[in-house]
Amino acid sequence: MADVFSPFEVWRRFLALPNDSRGKTLGVAFGVALVAAMAVSVTSVALKPRQQAHLDALREAQLAGMIATLPGLGDILRETGAETLETVLVDLRTSLISEAADPQGFDFLAAQTDPAQSTALSSEQDIAGIGRRPDLAPVYLLSGQEGLALVVLPVYGTGYQSTIRAYLALSGDLTTVAGLSIYEQGETPGLGSRITDPVWQGLWAGKQALSPVGEVVIRVVRGTAQGPSEVDGISGATRSTTGVTRLVAFWLGAEGYGPFLSALKAGGRP
Amino acid sequence: MTPEHRKYLTAPLIDSNPVTLQILGICSALAVTTSMATALTMSIALTVVLTAASALISLIRRHLPSSIRLVLQITIIAALVIVADQILRAYAFEMSQRLSVFVGLIVTNCIVLGRAETFAMRNPVWPSVLDGLGNGLGYSLVLMIVAALREGFGAGALFGVQLLPLASEGGWFTPLGFMLLAPSAFFILGLMIWALRTGRPAQIEPDAFPRNDTGAEEAGR
Repeated sequence: MADVFSPFEVWRRFLALPNDSRGKTLGVAFGVALVAAMAVSVTSVALKPRQQAHLDALREAQLAGMIATLPGLGDILRETGAETLETVLVDLRTSLISEAADPQGFDFLAAQTDPAQSTALSSEQDIAGIGRRPDLAPVYLLSGQEGLALVVLPVYGTGYQSTIRAYLALSGDLTTVAGLSIYEQGETPGLGSRITDPVWQGLWAGKQALSPVGEVVIRVVRGTAQGPSEVDGISGATRSTTGVTRLVAFWLGAEGYGPFLSALKAGGRP
Repeated sequence: MTPEHRKYLTAPLIDSNPVTLQILGICSALAVTTSMATALTMSIALTVVLTAASALISLIRRHLPSSIRLVLQITIIAALVIVADQILRAYAFEMSQRLSVFVGLIVTNCIVLGRAETFAMRNPVWPSVLDGLGNGLGYSLVLMIVAALREGFGAGALFGVQLLPLASEGGWFTPLGFMLLAPSAFFILGLMIWALRTGRPAQIEPDAFPRNDTGAEEAGR
């Protein structure tokens, strides 16, 4: 009698089964699925670090691209010799710099919707239309010879029909806008999407965003801007530009980076 | 390699080309042929996936239950495509950004499943590998011709190297912007198929829906 417990014998018997028998159908399906799943998982896990490095480089290049377009910033970089920005995580609940997580590995996008990492906003608080505010947010600081030269804040909010995502850069005085760069939006092409026009975004530079007591004063107005804290509107893109005003107001306000900026202004790192 | 085997490799290049004769894989042929570099990457990815899928499916063809064979073929092809896509993302990141979803869409490319079902299921491993490679190269040949025409006339360049001096930079060549739009690939493919079938009338298909009315019947009513 043959040794039925030999694995070879079992395998040979399995292969000898008629192809359309239930056992063989299930066995072959399971086997193929297992091998395919193994191949996919092993490649995916093995290549993940390499892919993530590419993605991080891409995001940094976008940020660097925005900073390169800001007026006068190239000079600051040359003076200090600083090549990269310092990234800190700000805890928006306490307005302090959080050391709890690594800023490099922090997934800001995931934190925006994860209930465990965000706080629900009431409808009065939620002027940017984002529903939940992440507890931690990355902030990029650049220091020159005379102290803090630039603070870059990632901001987002709802426009007319999409989420508008941007980087808002404040000068060293923490009240003047150094630049606004909208890098993601899905507004109506040709109308609302003109908020990505570099000329319009360029209007933000040099405007006063916060009053001396920390109130948000910058806004987009219809027609031509008057005064140091108004930005020209875009006709046909009223709702989208209002969305930008609101998201800037939210993120510079009390629920956003406002308290952190005040503390930073009062001196030292919070 | 016997002449019989060589035929598996060379026949799909022109005589039974998967794109121009069987009109398969058109979608990706339109999408990735705006430049030679993307078309070449896509061609390599498809050829590798097709050859490997044909080999694997031929290897286990005797043990595939006929009731679930298509599901298993697609599982094998999909796994190979994901692996190819992951490798591209890790080692050719910029290229994978430019190709966006189209490498992943090789799964739905009828050439791969078509060769698995019509050839690899019925033939030993070595002929299946040659058939897969031949069909991959046939697809690549069409893609490279379409991409050369589109990039050449649309941007005056090949593989990103500027060959014709652009009018905007003081030269004489005004790029044909239309060449970079999807419809131009349709026209180029159509002209290629027309030329091929004029030269080789054997490739002309019989009318699938022949007319049976003579016209008199209509007039009588």
